[in-house]
Amino acid sequence: MSAHLPELVQPVIVGAGPAGIRAAQTLVVHGLRPVLIDEAARAGGQIYRRPPAHFERPAATLYGMEASRATSLHTAIDSLHGRIDYMSDSLVWNAQHGVLDVLHGKTNTAYSVPYRRLIVATGTTDRVLPVPGWTLPGVYTHGGAQVALKFQGCAIGDRVVFMGTGPLLYLVAYQYAKAGAEVVAVLDTARLADQIAAVPKLLTQPIVFAKGIYYVGWLRAHGVALHSGVRPVRIDGDTRVSAVTFHDGVRERTLVCDAVAFSYALRSETQLADLLGCRFAFAPMQRSHLPVRDATGRSSVDGVYLAGDGAGIMGADAAEWAGERAALALLADQGVTVDNARATELENKLAHLAPFREGLERAFPFPTDWAAHAPDDLVVCRCENITAGTLRDTVRETGADEMNRLKALSRIGMGRCQGRMCAIAATEILAYATGKSIEDSGRLRGQAPIKPIPMVLMRRPSRQHTEANL
Amino acid sequence: MSMATLTSTHRPLLKRLAEKQRASVAFTLDGEPATALDGDTILTAVLTLHDRLRRNEFSDAPRAGFCMMGACQDCWIATESGERLRACSTFIAPGMSLLTGGEAA
Amino acid sequence: MKLLSTDVVIVGGGIVGSSAALALSHMGLAVALLERDLCGARSSGVNYGGVRRQGRPLSQLPLSQRAHAIWGRLGELIGTEAEYVRSGHFKVARSDQDMAALEAYRERTRDFDLGIELLSGEQLRAACAWLGGKAVGGSLCPEDGQANPRLVSPAFARAAQRAGAEIFERTPVDEVSHDGSTFTVRSGNALEVRAPVLLNCAGAWAGALAAQFGEAVPMQSGHPAMAVTEPVPHFMGWSLGVEGGGVYGRQVARGNLVLGGGAGFALDADRARSARNAIVTLTEQAVELLPMLRHAHIIRTWSGTEGYLPDREPVIGPSGTTPGLFHGFGFAGGGFQVGPAAGEVLAELAAKGRTDTPIDAFSIVRFRGETEVARHLPVEVSPPLPQPATESAIAN
Repeated sequence: MSAHLPELVQPVIVGAGPAGIRAAQTLVVHGLRPVLIDEAARAGGQIYRRPPAHFERPAATLYGMEASRATSLHTAIDSLHGRIDYMSDSLVWNAQHGVLDVLHGKTNTAYSVPYRRLIVATGTTDRVLPVPGWTLPGVYTHGGAQVALKFQGCAIGDRVVFMGTGPLLYLVAYQYAKAGAEVVAVLDTARLADQIAAVPKLLTQPIVFAKGIYYVGWLRAHGVALHSGVRPVRIDGDTRVSAVTFHDGVRERTLVCDAVAFSYALRSETQLADLLGCRFAFAPMQRSHLPVRDATGRSSVDGVYLAGDGAGIMGADAAEWAGERAALALLADQGVTVDNARATELENKLAHLAPFREGLERAFPFPTDWAAHAPDDLVVCRCENITAGTLRDTVRETGADEMNRLKALSRIGMGRCQGRMCAIAATEILAYATGKSIEDSGRLRGQAPIKPIPMVLMRRPSRQHTEANL
Repeated sequence: MSMATLTSTHRPLLKRLAEKQRASVAFTLDGEPATALDGDTILTAVLTLHDRLRRNEFSDAPRAGFCMMGACQDCWIATESGERLRACSTFIAPGMSLLTGGEAA
Repeated sequence: MKLLSTDVVIVGGGIVGSSAALALSHMGLAVALLERDLCGARSSGVNYGGVRRQGRPLSQLPLSQRAHAIWGRLGELIGTEAEYVRSGHFKVARSDQDMAALEAYRERTRDFDLGIELLSGEQLRAACAWLGGKAVGGSLCPEDGQANPRLVSPAFARAAQRAGAEIFERTPVDEVSHDGSTFTVRSGNALEVRAPVLLNCAGAWAGALAAQFGEAVPMQSGHPAMAVTEPVPHFMGWSLGVEGGGVYGRQVARGNLVLGGGAGFALDADRARSARNAIVTLTEQAVELLPMLRHAHIIRTWSGTEGYLPDREPVIGPSGTTPGLFHGFGFAGGGFQVGPAAGEVLAELAAKGRTDTPIDAFSIVRFRGETEVARHLPVEVSPPLPQPATESAIAN
């Protein structure tokens, strides 16, 4: 422990997933008392999400091969009880002039939390590309299907098809089958050739790679049909899912099912970084604009640090390292002595992941031809029912060539989801229609609230916070 | 475990695989008495009995959520008193009175 | 460098500049319009969307009535109705005093045939069960209404383009000069336009151009706080305001309520935000006024940049210093409805040197000799305009 000038304002961490938890732990170890704000009822994030406390399944069942990592993180956050100001069930919906607006959802209470130094660890949601029928009851994202199982002990249906691409495609299918659900098939849009070409880079993280191979092998050994190089055509059904139709490279095929888990890896939640004024740059591997951070986690804004997948997908292990590294940066900026060797070690671990991330992108590539195949009657905005055809008409009739303009003229991104589900697809359609690059097609301007907020709130203007049962 | 009495013939979407030994929670679904388990979200409570949470106001098509993690905003469900609750991130509570057929006025 | 000679060069592609370009093209004149962003992307595109005459000072009513007729044939003019509807505009009175003020306004404006009807508290309760708060009555202008500014303003620019105007978007004006008979407007090394007539329609940023020609105005920037709810079942046709100020709101056909009230702030020239305390106040007042919103959610907030002159009247009309220069800016947050008429008036001034619409109250000359300096000059994206060779600048 070292002497330091105490700051008048506690450091704030937004997000209690692996990055936020390690950041909190690191700050506490160095004598600080951070405020940790998280939307969920219990800390853990998505991949290590904890069911309600009275649920029975042990960590091994919930997290499989990741059980020890999950348990370590949960123990870490639980041990911080009393040494941090923890706001659970709490959404940060605005950041302005050194104050965070926080909604405590359970009680509909609004809190103001001042900040001077802030670690943003807002994580990800599933990345979505629509297919006809994707709004039918019974269709969920891979992450959503995983939450149903992990958090609620439910499968999304009796006979589930997994479709799309990304590591979660196989992981969640495996988890479902192991839990006793009927997994009809796994339909990967990635081609076998892509996955083979990715092997050298994937081998730079041999244990992670081995797990992936294991999941695939297990599924195959248990009779789950695996198809690669597919093109999703349609999810069939009238008021709910009844089948999935896809093209297998040779012909169209239909599988009877009553649920589909469908997404394409992950997208970063960057809205808070945006409101904080962080500079963004286009990240080609993620095919999106992300807030810029250096190797330490410092953003372009003094006092704002970015950790974990919320500023770029690097995985759960990287999130832990990044959370710790960002906390060390925050501490150093406050004049606290930190272990520089540890800081360097963390940076090296993060840097070493780069080839593996490239390998994953190669193995589960984003389907860059998606817009070319998207039919005009495909619903792109599920909030407001706006079709690809409407977007294309707007481009043709108005010359719109940039996402904010397209939003103003077509309403895409104006629904409750604020673009989370539709902006990526809309950008693909826009770029394809104009011939401009994805990068030059822009990104939606950030505005508060980060998520919908009730109009009627009990107000607590001065900072107050509740300590949750950890 | 008591059976929910639903006049509708909708088959449930979600299938319980685990965590079945939990206390019951009585609530009302489209005017009919229904039962969930303590620790269910509203989404789980409704979709283990039914196949939709709401109707989209622009297509009138049924919706049952999508992302399960409070991002897609597809799972908002109405209560009889006119409140709107995000089903995937709100736990079922005794006495809740939920409507899936459309928006409460 | 593209070199262009034309009849009229317009700086600013908001609703005023775009409608001027359209009118001039219809008159057969050659027009070039330079807009540093996309036409209608600023205040003209992000305002509340109220299309109203009621509440304007008498000085604006001739212009506003002229605009009313233009709005009446919007589809024919710009090729889209842009969600324009004559839904009625209602000003809520919360006290007898408010009611008296509304009665006095109706009396004062009777020659303009606005069709204003005063409603008592009793009539209100019978007609709109959804109106809460302390409404003791109000004033309805049935033919006033609302439209979608995001659609209207760019449509004026596209219509102007179809009619023959040359519209240059993403084209900031870096330099304006005048040699006594011809204006030269330059954008980087890409474009130089020369014309005998220049229309200054640069919105909240028009003050710099005016200052360059020796007629600085004490314009301040304002940023109205705006918010919109999720879609809710349709219950309100009127666009609603409150006498004496406060929240205002309208429900669009898709069901969202657009709400405004209080102030925001600009981050820079491109971005403005609603202030956090304004969002709080706005939602509280909206729920009080419209109790049906008590279960609704706000899904988006925004703001924009408006130019305000001390008397809250715009500047419309010829320059006081430079022949061939005409100004149309400073609409103090009320430019959407009158914008198309201001554009037509500017077109008439440019083409014929005169207009039948009374605009003396809006003369820039009224600020001559004022030494008050704007306290909140809008942030300029381009560097300050250089001094023209033949004019001496009045120091700001």
